[in-house]
Formats: sequence, structure tokens, C-alpha cells
Amino acid sequence: MQGFKFKPIEFIPPGTKFHFVSHWRLALVETVVLAIVAVVLLSTWGLNYGVDFRGGTMVEIRTKDGPADIAAIRSKLGALNLGGLQIQQFGGPSEVLIRMEEQPGGDKGQQEAIAKVQRALGENVELRRSEVVGPTVSAELVTSAIWALTLASLGIFLYIWFRFEWQFSVSAIVALLHDVVMTVCLFSILQLEFDLSIVAALLTLIGYAVNDTVVTFDRVRENLRKYKRMSLGELIDLSVNETLSRTIMTAGSVLITLVALFVLGGPVIRGFALAILFGMLVSTYTSMFVAAPLLYVIGVKREWGTDAPVRKAPTRERVTFK
Amino acid sequence: MLNVTRWNANAVALICVLSLLLCVPSFFSPQTVSRWPFWLPKKQLSLGLDLRGGAHLLLALEVNDVRKDWLDALREDARRRLRESKIGVSAVGIVGNSVQVRVAKVEESEAALKALRQMIQQVGNPILGTSGNDVEIEKGEGGSISIAPTEIGLQQRVGNALASAIETVRRRVDSMGVAETTVVREGKSRILVQVPGIQDTAELKQLIGRTARLSFHEVHESRTVEEAKKSGIPPGYKIYPGDTKKEPDQLLRETPVVRGDELTNAQPSFDQQTSAPIIVFSFNNLGARKFGSFTSKHVGKPFAIVLDDKVISAPEIREPILGGSGQISGSYTTETATQLAIQLRSGALPAKLTIQQESTVGPSLGSDSIEAGKRATIAGFVGVAVFLILGYGLFGLFAIVALVVNLALIIVAMSYIGAALTLPGIAGIVLTMGMSVDANVLINERIRDERRAGKTLFSALDSGFTRAYGTILDTNVTGLLAALILIAFGSGPVRGFGVTLAIGIVASAFTATTVTRYLVSGWLRWWRPTAIPI
Repeated sequence: MQGFKFKPIEFIPPGTKFHFVSHWRLALVETVVLAIVAVVLLSTWGLNYGVDFRGGTMVEIRTKDGPADIAAIRSKLGALNLGGLQIQQFGGPSEVLIRMEEQPGGDKGQQEAIAKVQRALGENVELRRSEVVGPTVSAELVTSAIWALTLASLGIFLYIWFRFEWQFSVSAIVALLHDVVMTVCLFSILQLEFDLSIVAALLTLIGYAVNDTVVTFDRVRENLRKYKRMSLGELIDLSVNETLSRTIMTAGSVLITLVALFVLGGPVIRGFALAILFGMLVSTYTSMFVAAPLLYVIGVKREWGTDAPVRKAPTRERVTFK
Repeated sequence: MLNVTRWNANAVALICVLSLLLCVPSFFSPQTVSRWPFWLPKKQLSLGLDLRGGAHLLLALEVNDVRKDWLDALREDARRRLRESKIGVSAVGIVGNSVQVRVAKVEESEAALKALRQMIQQVGNPILGTSGNDVEIEKGEGGSISIAPTEIGLQQRVGNALASAIETVRRRVDSMGVAETTVVREGKSRILVQVPGIQDTAELKQLIGRTARLSFHEVHESRTVEEAKKSGIPPGYKIYPGDTKKEPDQLLRETPVVRGDELTNAQPSFDQQTSAPIIVFSFNNLGARKFGSFTSKHVGKPFAIVLDDKVISAPEIREPILGGSGQISGSYTTETATQLAIQLRSGALPAKLTIQQESTVGPSLGSDSIEAGKRATIAGFVGVAVFLILGYGLFGLFAIVALVVNLALIIVAMSYIGAALTLPGIAGIVLTMGMSVDANVLINERIRDERRAGKTLFSALDSGFTRAYGTILDTNVTGLLAALILIAFGSGPVRGFGVTLAIGIVASAFTATTVTRYLVSGWLRWWRPTAIPI
């Protein structure tokens, strides 16, 4: 391969010696605080549920004659007495999202409401999309979303338990819930619409965010076999440092694609992209600063790979791995 | 690991080339593709409703209607059987979820029980272990007998009702003349209707909610359709078109003899003498009387069965049909007989359908979403490619080749299994691009570690691949688990996202390991490098 003189950049130089585990108290406090904040946030501020979960009607419109005047639309629609109304800009300046609570009169009532809205807004408005969700379906969607999230977490917990040990599994699942809760909190604080696609994002997060932790733990397990005398704290720190380059490379490429999706993917998918983007960012932090210290706190049994007992051949061990 | 057999290498190369070729049609418009010569692949990725625009309805069958109808039928059946066995009853009525019978003389209750037990039918699938009786008949005190539908029996009834409701809805939606409509079962008691390209759901809903007009008509005795077209249609008659090409048009009296709402059942069956497939049907009392008097006057002549103004069959009256039930025989196969029985049953909707969810997407939003999706995909790809080449140089380039094959595989897999691409699905593809390079990152970082540990070029590469595999497996399994749960619990676009993600993970597990490995192995063989370029 002559002429190929390009030298790749090592974004993370080898042999870093950052301390992760020694901050375990901080990590623990942060996790507990997050849990409290989440409970408080969700019980007071709450989530801004989309029509999928709340039931009701959502209409997206686009004005044909220049930017939409939200205030004017609000006053026009307010006069219709349709109950709770949410009107917001969505995407471009001429696109507006209108959400109404469920109207009385069953399915007919919803249709009439959409028609009324269209009439009130006049001719210069194009109906981009509409969605009507009845109470049965919305209740079912809530249940199935909760089931899906629980099952996915449980599945990951069991899989890691099966592949590693319960201590790894507990640390990984705490880190995972940390990411999911953090993302839900973001949606609560910013009052962004929380709909089915956000649940899909959280599920994806559950499947992908755990990757960093798994890779780190994989290295911890390997090092446990390799360095039988090293203290657990040092060993975990070493493992995180050794996998740091991979963590940053993967996080980098995932974040590049997610930023592309968030910026260019259009308004319909923006919330979804944001949930995964934020969750993945948090998960990169979590795998290093929560999962690893937690594993240290819980402790691991040290008899990995009992095929070469420690005490019998300490010298050979050292020679082999120097 | 790096010693690749020729056969393996060729197989992987073939898969890569094939997937790259087969995904090509998806990048052109359907019009362009339809003009291609016959030997070129033409299968394209289909777009979900959120990208092409259209309407989506989720209809729920009223299960209580089905239950009520069944209880009514059970009550009538019980009454009839006891009458035929000449057992006197003091009361037959529906109490809650069961039919309660009280025989007049307590000593006849055993005989009554025996007669009623004949109503029990086995339903369900014995192979799957889900079979059982459709009703439970038990004797209470003082000559009372209860007939209670079982859960499994109700499920079967709901299933039948749903099948005929789907048939009815499909006929009606098809009559709109829109291509590529979807009418499918969703869960136990729901129907999903998707009609691309329409905005106004009012017309669609009206069409679905309409009661179908099934009717039995008298065929004009002497004049044929051709004659009528030439010499004029006699008053009171009308030409009804055939439902299919095979079914000829008929000149029929406009006022039907009997209407479909008087039909109580229709089942495919076999003629006892000739064992040819037939359809047996039965009317209610009023329908039976009307049909009986009509058929006694018209033996040997045809009558026509008309569904939604189209002739679905015009069998000949062999003998007067007086008992309210009769059979339709003709040149039916088992399949066409079943089909016609379903059509007859589904003439009217078996139970009320309520709309539980509906959504519409306008064409402007759909095409905006496609554009946005394209831009995000291209930007994501370029970004990842630059990042990988910066980080891993030549090996980054190998990873990009694997990524391209991965994307092609996703497109090909989705177009050939018929999974529609939705907007979240595009997100799934973009995400897969970012995530699937993880396998290559793991391999490359491993190679760096091994080299630092002082291994030689070949063994560093080889053990880099080998030792990264366990980790790659773990990370893919967790991702796949989440994707499968998305498919199981999601619906519509979310399920589309799950499907894309799952396909992406499987494809990336394949490409990231084989494709890059073979590229590295080929590079070793051809260039005989002396140092690892990462």
C-alpha cells in the first residue's frame, strides 16, 4: 500500500490514567439526587403527553400566505370552545401544531372539531396531518409502553446476569435506568411532547446505551483474570481507561448521526432524535462515572478463571503478562 | 481468523454484490423502474403512510355485539331442540352471560340435558392445545339448566366475526379504487385500514360504516342481457354487472325477493351425493317464508345473489326451499365456496365497528419528511465516514465499505420482506450507521491493544478480530432485544422503526465481522504490509 501515508489520529492517546472509581461517593449522590429530582419533577411538573397517551386530536397545518400568526390562530380557535388547546410553532415559520383534548360526541365529535378548526382558519391553510386517538387506545398504549420498557430492562438485566455476574448486572441496570430517567426528566423540564415515538427512543436507548457499560465490563472481566493481585479499584479504573478510546470513537460516530438526524431530520422526528441524542450522551458519561464506580461499591468476586490459581503460580503470572 | 477459505470469501463477495445490485431500484422512481428491461431487478422499498401520505384507521369490533348475537342464537337453538325432543319448558331466557332454561317437569331434566348437550361443539386447535367446548351446559337445581359460552368459544366467534368484517371492509375500501390499500387484522378484535393518498377520512368512514346490501333477485325469465341492451330494459328490471370477469352480467328484477339482513348463516360444505363443494345457508322466519314461496314458483330457473349491486352468483333453483335453509351448488372449489360463504355472511357487518384511532398525513408533509430523511442520512453517512477515516485511516475505509454493504442489505431485506419504510425507520437506518461501526471500532481498538502488547502484525490483527467477537455479540444482543420489543409492542411507524433496527443489527453483525475481515485478509495477501496502519 504505497502512497498511503495518512496517519490516523488517535483521539484518545493510549495509556490514559483517569480516576473514575475514586469518585464513587459523588456518583452515588448524583444518582440518588437524580432519582429524587425525577420523582419530584414527574409528580409536580409532569410530562407533556402527546395525543397517543392522552387521547384527543392533533392537527398540523401550514399557512399558504406567509408566516403563521400564532396569536391570531389562538384567538380564532379559542372562540370555538373546544376545551384545552395547545398551539405551537412546529418546524418552519408557517407550520403550526394544534392539539385539542378529546371532544365529547365520540368519533363524530372529533371530526367536527377538525372541520371547525379548518373553517375557522379559512382558505389559506393546508392540513398537513391529523391524528385522533380514542380513550381505549390511549389507555392501552400507556400500558403497553410501560410493559415494553419494563420487559426491555428486565431482558437486559437477565442477559448481563447470564453473561457476567449479578454484580455487573445490577450496576448496568442502575446505569441504564439513570439514562432513561435523565432523558424523561429532560422532557419534563422542557415540557417537550412525550408521545409514542419518545417511548420508542427510550427503548432504543435501553438497547444501545448499555453497550458502553457492557464493553467496559467485558474488559473488567478480562482484567480480573489477568491481574489477580491488582486492587479492584485500580483494575476497574484501568479497564475504563483501556476502553476509553473505543467509547469515544463509538460515541462520536453515533452522535454524528444523531446530530444529523436532529438538525436535518425534520420537525416530526426532532423529539425522537433529541431523546436518543441526549440519552446516548448521558450514557457515555454514565458508563464511566456511574456503572464503573457502582461495580466497585458492590464488589466482584475475584475467582474469575479458576483454571490458574493465584497462589500457586504468582511468578509465572507476572512474567506472562508483563 | 484471517485465514479465509476461497469458498467463504466468494460467498461473502456474492452476497455483497447481490445486495448492492438489488438495492438499486429503490433509488429510482417507480415510473423509471417500470421501463427497465425485464431482466433487471425491480423490487423497491415501499414507503409507509407517514412518508407517502394517506389515511390510517384503527377499527374495533364490538365484542359485546358478538356475545349478544351468540346468546340470542343459543337461546333459539335451545328452544328448538327442546321442542323437537318434546320437552316442555317453563322459561328460556338470557341471564347475564348465559342462557337459562327451566324445564316444566323436573323429571325431564336429564332428557333435556341430553338434548341440549348436542349443541356443544369442539372449537380451537387441538394440536396447539387450545381446543375445548364452545359452551358449557350444566344442570342446576329444580330442573334449571344453564348454557354458558366459554372464553374459547367466544374467542372463536369473535375471530369469525372479525374475519367476515375484514372481508366486508376490504370490499368496501376496494370499491374506492385506490391502489395498495391495506385491510388487516390487528390483535384479537381490531382491523387496521390504510389507504394511501387520501386526506379526507369522512368518505372512507362513511363507506366502511355503510350496511352492505346483500339481496336475492329474480332473473328475467326470457330476455338476456344482450337483448335487453338492444331492445331496451323492461320496466322494473335492471342490468347488474358480474362481480368478477367469470360471472356474467344479469338482467334482474330490481326489487329483491329476500334481503341479506334476513340471512342468519352461510357455511361452506360438501354435497352429500356428489361430494362437490357447496354453500349452505339459512334465513330467519320471515326470509324463509318469502324465499320458500318464491322458489316453489321458480323451480328450474336461476336466481341471482347480489352483493353491493354486483352479481356474485346465479345458481339454479333445483327444488323449492321451504325450510328456510338451502344450498348453493355450482362449479365451486373448496376455496371459492369458502370465499362465497364469507361474502354472504359478511354482507352485513357482523357487529358494530368503532373507530379508535385515525390519522392522516398530507402529501406535502410526506415528501418533506422524505427530503429531510435523505438529507439526514447523507449528512450522517459523510460525517461517520470522515470520522472513521480520521480515526482509523485505511481500516476506517474498510469499515465504510462494510457500512455501505450494510445499508444495501437493509434496503434489500426490507424491500423483499415487504416492510415499509417509515420516518422513524429512516431514523433507524441513520442510527444503525452510527451504531454498526461499533463492531469495527471494537476490532480496531483491539488490534491497537494487541500491537501495543508487542504482538506481530499478523497475530495482532488475528487476535484483534478473535477477541473482539465476544464483545460484539454482547452489544448486538442487547440492541436486538430492544428492537424485538419495539416490534412486539409497537404499532405503525414505531413498529417500522423496530423492524428497520432489527434488520440493521443483524445485517451489521454480518457485515462488520465478515466484510472487514475479508478485506483485511485480502489486503494482507496482496500488499504484504509491514506495519498496521492504525
